[in-house]
Amino acid sequence: MKGSKKAKSISYAKWGYIFLIPFFLIYIIFFMIPVFSTFYNSFFENYMSGLTQIGPNFVGLENYKTILFDSDLPKYAYNTLLIWIVGFIPQIVVSMVLALWFTNARLKLRFTGFFKTVIYMPNLIMAAAFSMLFWALFSDIGPINNFLVAMGHEPISFFQNINATRGLIALMNFLMWFGNTTILLMAGVMGIDESVLEAAQIDGASSWKTFWHVTLPSIKPIIVYVFLTSLIGGIQMFDVPQILTNGSGGPDRTSMTMIMYLNKHLFSKNYGLAGALSVILFIVTAILSFIIYRNLMERDSSWETRRSKQAIKGGGK
Amino acid sequence: MTLRRINKFLCYLILILLSILCLFSFYLLIINSTRAHSQIQKGFSFTTGDFFVANLKNVLGNSELPIVKGIRNSLIVSILSALLATYFSVLTAFSIHIYDFKLKKLAFTFIMMVMMIPPQVSALGFVRWMGRLDLIDSLIPLFMPSVASPIVFYFMMAYMQSNLPKAVIEAARMDGSSEFRTFNLIVLPIMKPAIAVQAIFTFVSSWNNYFIPSLIIRSADKKTLPILIAQLRSADYLKFDMGQVYMLIFLAIIPIIIVYIILSKYIVRGVAVGSVKE
Amino acid sequence: MKGFRRVIALMLVLMMSVSLIACGKDAGEPATTPPDQDEPSPEPTPEPKQEEGKVLNIWGWNDEFQGLFKDYFEGKGKVPDGVEVKFTIVPNDDNAYQNALDEALLNQENAAADEKIDLFLVEADYALKYVDSDYTLDIIKDVGLTQEDIAGQYKYTQEIVTDSKGAIKGTSWQATPGLFAYRRSIAKDVLGTDDPAEVQKALSTWEDFYDVAEKAHAKGYKMLSGYDDSYRTFSNNVSQPWVDSEKRIIIDDNILKWIEQTKEFTDKGYNNKTSLWDDAWAADQGPGGKVFGFFYSTWGINFTLLGNALETPLPDGLTATSDPEAYKEATTGNGIFGDYAVIEGPQNYYWGGSWLCAAAGSDNLELVQEIMRTMTCDPETLITITKDRQDFTNNIEAMETLANDDNFASAFLGGQNHIKLFAESAKGIDMSNISPYDQGLNEGIQTAFRDYFNGTVDYDTALDNFYKAAIEKYPELKRPD
Repeated sequence: MKGSKKAKSISYAKWGYIFLIPFFLIYIIFFMIPVFSTFYNSFFENYMSGLTQIGPNFVGLENYKTILFDSDLPKYAYNTLLIWIVGFIPQIVVSMVLALWFTNARLKLRFTGFFKTVIYMPNLIMAAAFSMLFWALFSDIGPINNFLVAMGHEPISFFQNINATRGLIALMNFLMWFGNTTILLMAGVMGIDESVLEAAQIDGASSWKTFWHVTLPSIKPIIVYVFLTSLIGGIQMFDVPQILTNGSGGPDRTSMTMIMYLNKHLFSKNYGLAGALSVILFIVTAILSFIIYRNLMERDSSWETRRSKQAIKGGGK
Repeated sequence: MTLRRINKFLCYLILILLSILCLFSFYLLIINSTRAHSQIQKGFSFTTGDFFVANLKNVLGNSELPIVKGIRNSLIVSILSALLATYFSVLTAFSIHIYDFKLKKLAFTFIMMVMMIPPQVSALGFVRWMGRLDLIDSLIPLFMPSVASPIVFYFMMAYMQSNLPKAVIEAARMDGSSEFRTFNLIVLPIMKPAIAVQAIFTFVSSWNNYFIPSLIIRSADKKTLPILIAQLRSADYLKFDMGQVYMLIFLAIIPIIIVYIILSKYIVRGVAVGSVKE
Repeated sequence: MKGFRRVIALMLVLMMSVSLIACGKDAGEPATTPPDQDEPSPEPTPEPKQEEGKVLNIWGWNDEFQGLFKDYFEGKGKVPDGVEVKFTIVPNDDNAYQNALDEALLNQENAAADEKIDLFLVEADYALKYVDSDYTLDIIKDVGLTQEDIAGQYKYTQEIVTDSKGAIKGTSWQATPGLFAYRRSIAKDVLGTDDPAEVQKALSTWEDFYDVAEKAHAKGYKMLSGYDDSYRTFSNNVSQPWVDSEKRIIIDDNILKWIEQTKEFTDKGYNNKTSLWDDAWAADQGPGGKVFGFFYSTWGINFTLLGNALETPLPDGLTATSDPEAYKEATTGNGIFGDYAVIEGPQNYYWGGSWLCAAAGSDNLELVQEIMRTMTCDPETLITITKDRQDFTNNIEAMETLANDDNFASAFLGGQNHIKLFAESAKGIDMSNISPYDQGLNEGIQTAFRDYFNGTVDYDTALDNFYKAAIEKYPELKRPD
């Protein structure tokens, strides 16, 4: 059985390569070449002073020195990750709870179709438009402040307060993405074999225990996917803080994200510094991916579903 | 019994609160699209104004804002992105899932590794390179890169692992189906639920994308909706009209809501399929 | 809700005329002359020579000039047959217009004839960047206007676009003196008079301004709305440009004075802690506002201030010229219509302005010349623009005439003739200390010091943040030693 299969696989191997061509071709044209050109640029002093091009003059690692030792990149990295985490934790918790409710046959919730549709909708509005609306809501004379004043409270200048600004960005990320996450987690939960759950319940496991020992491990791949995509989105966070703070990352640059910082150099056509910053971000994210990827592969056996195990490992046989 | 009832009541309460939070922004958007600029400026209102028609007329009559073309361009880019991203991601996943070949592990590792790298880090080189390829002010750089979408690939891969038994492929081979035919006629239909989910994700993010289009597109004929909105916003101070901005956003989300409502059926079905299969 | 747009707003400032879009109906235009061939226009268009290009490319960051061009040039049949006028509009956000324009200009030599930029618009805040380059043409020597053509213009509008060798590289249809618009009712309460002359007397120096602020505060009013309200009065009266010859950023004493004054105003509660263009600032100009007055410029009155002052917005398309009866009806008793008046304030200044520049390499110079002459020099056209759109246009004589014309009394300003004030203050405008970096640095210092004014950070941090942002924007600049 095994032997015959292998023989076939060999004869079909060329199709594996052929089917990979489009992906890699496009990836090389639209991503790799630009990345290499960015790398190359990072070793030059090269910017526009008015209409005059300065450089390119080879400066070695000068740009890297500037970014690493003479900028606030660590601060912006901290801002980015902090805002992401503050949004992601409620996102995953709320989505998990909702996914369990929607799939719980015994709870018999009605109108779930409606709720499912509605919670996904914030994702459909442009982040830029969404930020504009939030700005209006929380502005000094916005409805939130009108409400506070009506309750006898002092009005709050949300956008002049560090925690409030960061919190609002996180809240918006939460609102935009929890519906999406709920739908994905639901898919995972519904994929769990009913009989496994029933068996656990017959064994007298509490619902909490069932969740922890049966449900959660079964949907791990989906959770990993959600975590990964959210982290990727977090690292790329740009539109919302950019528009909410009008590009200033205020107050005191405490809501400036890494990509906003990169964007500043890109817009002033400072190719050298922007290049160096891009390369640093590239390396940081590559390391991050490596760590996560390794973790994924170690837990291989648990996150992959039964049948497909050999699919990924197959190549190494 | 009562406990369960309280439980259920709590569930509804939380769901309703979340729904209000979600719908509130749409409500605001609709309210503001019916108000004049100076009204919007002066603060918030819970009731509609009577400037809906005026705003609509202003937006449609603004010769600087080719809104119909904008919708068309956005549709072209978003639909092609969704099609390319899903089709080729399934193809890529299929290659790695089904076939055994030497570089398979390397290819998989590579895609996983690059998945997290923000596309913005290559923006600098991207624009210059597109300039050399003479693709500035073209829609191609906006949808073509979707062919290589590592995240969509990852999702397809995960879905395939639990939903596409190799036996199906073997059976097709026995019947003499070519690999490419098998892929199109057998694999794609099996992947439909996953394709629907990723198609809408890709469509939405492409529809809302501003960063790359703003760097690539120049001429009015090729502008996508987010660029038009940005243009209206920055039109210029005195001319700047929030009533029109909200109206344009309002118009911009109608197509996407329609697409969403059409596809959401598939998503729900996809979820259902997932539950039956094992 | 415009809050996020503040920055841009500042850049855009000049767009004055645009405001006037409201009156796009050209009601004031003599509708009699059908634009066409058998009716020769007063200044016959020269026959286009063979070598003139077929496409005229005009670049701008908004459609302000496009609107004027359509009504007063194209609409008058002045575009020769067979020439297509193509406008390219790139929004001003984050220097995007400058970036796109730079790229196109740098590529001008290689561009196909029909792609070459012929005419482009610039703002005061970065005009010098283009003026001091080879990408703009001398409007006299290269484009072919005569000294006589431009003799009627306000001198400062020429000085600002004069390069280091003395060549004039641009021309404008408007002049933009600054002003202080105050609430008559509040002035009466605080000063006992609402007469512009008296109020000007009470506010003629910054010391007086302080005294009035204190009095207003005692009566429960705010003197100003936001942090940046008085910024332009200081920044446009600096004693040196923002950047010295060594490319070091120099913060002028006058800017420091603004910081000091604003901090004091904020701490004492003399302002309302808003920012230019944001919704709270706009609301302060409305019926519920308790703010004594606002620093503005010519272009701000009709569109921004007027709209903000009303309780119910005017029906779409209604302007003073389109239907005077309905206009009167709609405005009487509407919000605080009629409660504002304008004066020069403690210091003369200017705010905004846009210029037309001819691009080197243009293949339509004849037409460019004709456009510049008609749109920025011709008294007939300019006076029509002012009558139709109430823009303050760039012709001293025409403006003086209107200044003495009682029909120009503005109902919104309680019967005041504002053109009279502008005609007076436009003479005192001095733009000798502008630099190519003004847009970014003015914007930057306002943003950075907002955190200081509201107490989030101390002075040194704000200053540090300002330098950081400035150098991000202009990599060639350095901090002062």
